[in-house]
Amino acid sequence: MLVHETETAAAEPAVLPAEEIETAPTRRLGVFGWFSILWLGGLTLLALLAPILPLKDPDQTYLEIVRKPPIQPDHFLGGDGSGRDMLSRVIWGARTSLTISVSAVLLGLLVGGLLGLVAGYHRGKLDAALTTLFNVLLSIPALVLSLSLVAVFANSDESVSNGRKLTVLIAALAIVTVPILGRITRASALAWSEREFVKAAEVLGASHGRIMLREVLPNVAPAIMSIALLGVAVAIVAEGSLALLGVGVTEVASWGNMIALGRSDLARAPHIVAIPSIAIFCTVLALNYLGDVVRARFDVREAAL
Amino acid sequence: MGLVRELGKRFLGLILVLFLVTLFTALLISMVPGDPVDTLLPVSDSSPEVAAQKEELRHELNLDDSLPERYAAWVNDFVHGDFGNYYRTSGADPVRAHLADALPVSLQLMIYSQILALLVAIPLGVISAYRAGTLFDKAANTTAFALLAVPNFVLGLALAYYVGVWLGWLPPSGYVPFGDDAVEHIRRMILPAVTLAAAQVAVYMRLLRSDMVQTLQEDFIQMARSKGISDQRVLWRHALRPSSLTLLTVAGLNVGTLIGGAVIVEVLFSIPGLGTSIAQAIFERQYVALQTFVAVLAILYVLVNFAVDVLYTVVDPRIRHARARN
Repeated sequence: MLVHETETAAAEPAVLPAEEIETAPTRRLGVFGWFSILWLGGLTLLALLAPILPLKDPDQTYLEIVRKPPIQPDHFLGGDGSGRDMLSRVIWGARTSLTISVSAVLLGLLVGGLLGLVAGYHRGKLDAALTTLFNVLLSIPALVLSLSLVAVFANSDESVSNGRKLTVLIAALAIVTVPILGRITRASALAWSEREFVKAAEVLGASHGRIMLREVLPNVAPAIMSIALLGVAVAIVAEGSLALLGVGVTEVASWGNMIALGRSDLARAPHIVAIPSIAIFCTVLALNYLGDVVRARFDVREAAL
Repeated sequence: MGLVRELGKRFLGLILVLFLVTLFTALLISMVPGDPVDTLLPVSDSSPEVAAQKEELRHELNLDDSLPERYAAWVNDFVHGDFGNYYRTSGADPVRAHLADALPVSLQLMIYSQILALLVAIPLGVISAYRAGTLFDKAANTTAFALLAVPNFVLGLALAYYVGVWLGWLPPSGYVPFGDDAVEHIRRMILPAVTLAAAQVAVYMRLLRSDMVQTLQEDFIQMARSKGISDQRVLWRHALRPSSLTLLTVAGLNVGTLIGGAVIVEVLFSIPGLGTSIAQAIFERQYVALQTFVAVLAILYVLVNFAVDVLYTVVDPRIRHARARN
């Protein structure tokens, strides 16, 4: 029934105001938000402390746990296809995956954010040129772009050092995030640069650099922040995708290469693939959720002005 | 007048993007560290025959020419259907034949999953907009949100394991051409198509729902209802059409996500499409082939985006006028 009588409509509105439905579940942090923060915080801590935690060596082979499911004495999450401790590998994997994705997004943030800010604030020809640059970068499918960059510059090879592979991977993923972050920063900076307080600062004789950093940037920050959180999630997934395609880091455990290696044992020992997959899922879910919360709050702030 | 100008501007943009994209792919081989010829022909003996072979290859790839010349030669070859070769010790193997085999397979997969995604997302989006705020709506939204956090390779592996191995309902990998055995073809395409469609369903459903919620508050819906038209009819005939424009645009623009996703899904399910070809080319370091496949995907993507954008501009009068004004 689409049309309610007035009485029932008051008791149970068929159609809520659109914006209320959209933002109501995410405006507040809520229980789920705290879980997300807890998960991401805990994970970051584990990843940072991996070298000093009492973990097994992630590369050590234990013959007794080859393809053994979780909850073995001494090896809580069981072993992988060559008998390496899964718990230790998933934590060391978090270290690699988070390093790659967070660095890539920070790099993308630095470049894309700066370019977007300049484009949105200065407008004119510079803006047109930068927007075209962003559009071109966006017009190559992201995965294909990063895949070809990594394949060309650091194809899995004994001669290519692990450090180089990491750098290339981070740079390739950063190039993918630059246009996304750049566009959102530009759009937001464009809107904020119109405001009275920016004009006032101009009249007061503040330099462009100062206005951009002190007046525009703080207001643009929430929008960038929410997209950056999503960006980290995208980068984690991209690392996994690249690992499955056979490019990326191989010497150290990462969530992606754990899944790639576990594929051949999928029928016999599904936990080898399942454990890093669950780790990726939870992390991406938490990042997406927090990104949405930041975005919802940001919209509220803008609407309230 | 405004429209023609707008389309002209768009077309110039298309040319520029195509130029830059092909420039990137055409010069991909030049970016390979070291001598590309040594990478393509990894034979470490210095006999005169090998040296001659390498020299010939260097000439074929125009590696001694300047960059603009190299780009021009690449474009010339590309538009004439010369996509280079796989260089193997057994001899050169044209990429063209591989491309002709792989491209239709990838397109099939993308089309199947797009149709599947829309078939599932449209009813779900309409119903959850109609029942906005109810348990069904919340459940659908939460599911969609969770689904968005599942990387396609995780979903693919999970489906391959549970449906393919554990339940044994469907073959977990492999491909059969439609012409050979239609039933087997469909059976083998179900899991890859579902994997690829899942994330799209979530995106489309949420989009359609938020559009529909707004449309349902419009006066013409009130009007239709007060005339006594049934809910079903109002929803499907009156409200869906104005709400579906954004959905269709996004469905078109999503081709990029679909292409990236297809690359992974093909590798997971051993489907001999472009994705598998790309992975294979990377593994074998066949950069000439890689270059071609990347160029084909990028051009495909750019053209679809352009078509959707133009269609959108022409179809929706609101966009048309807003853009003409700017």
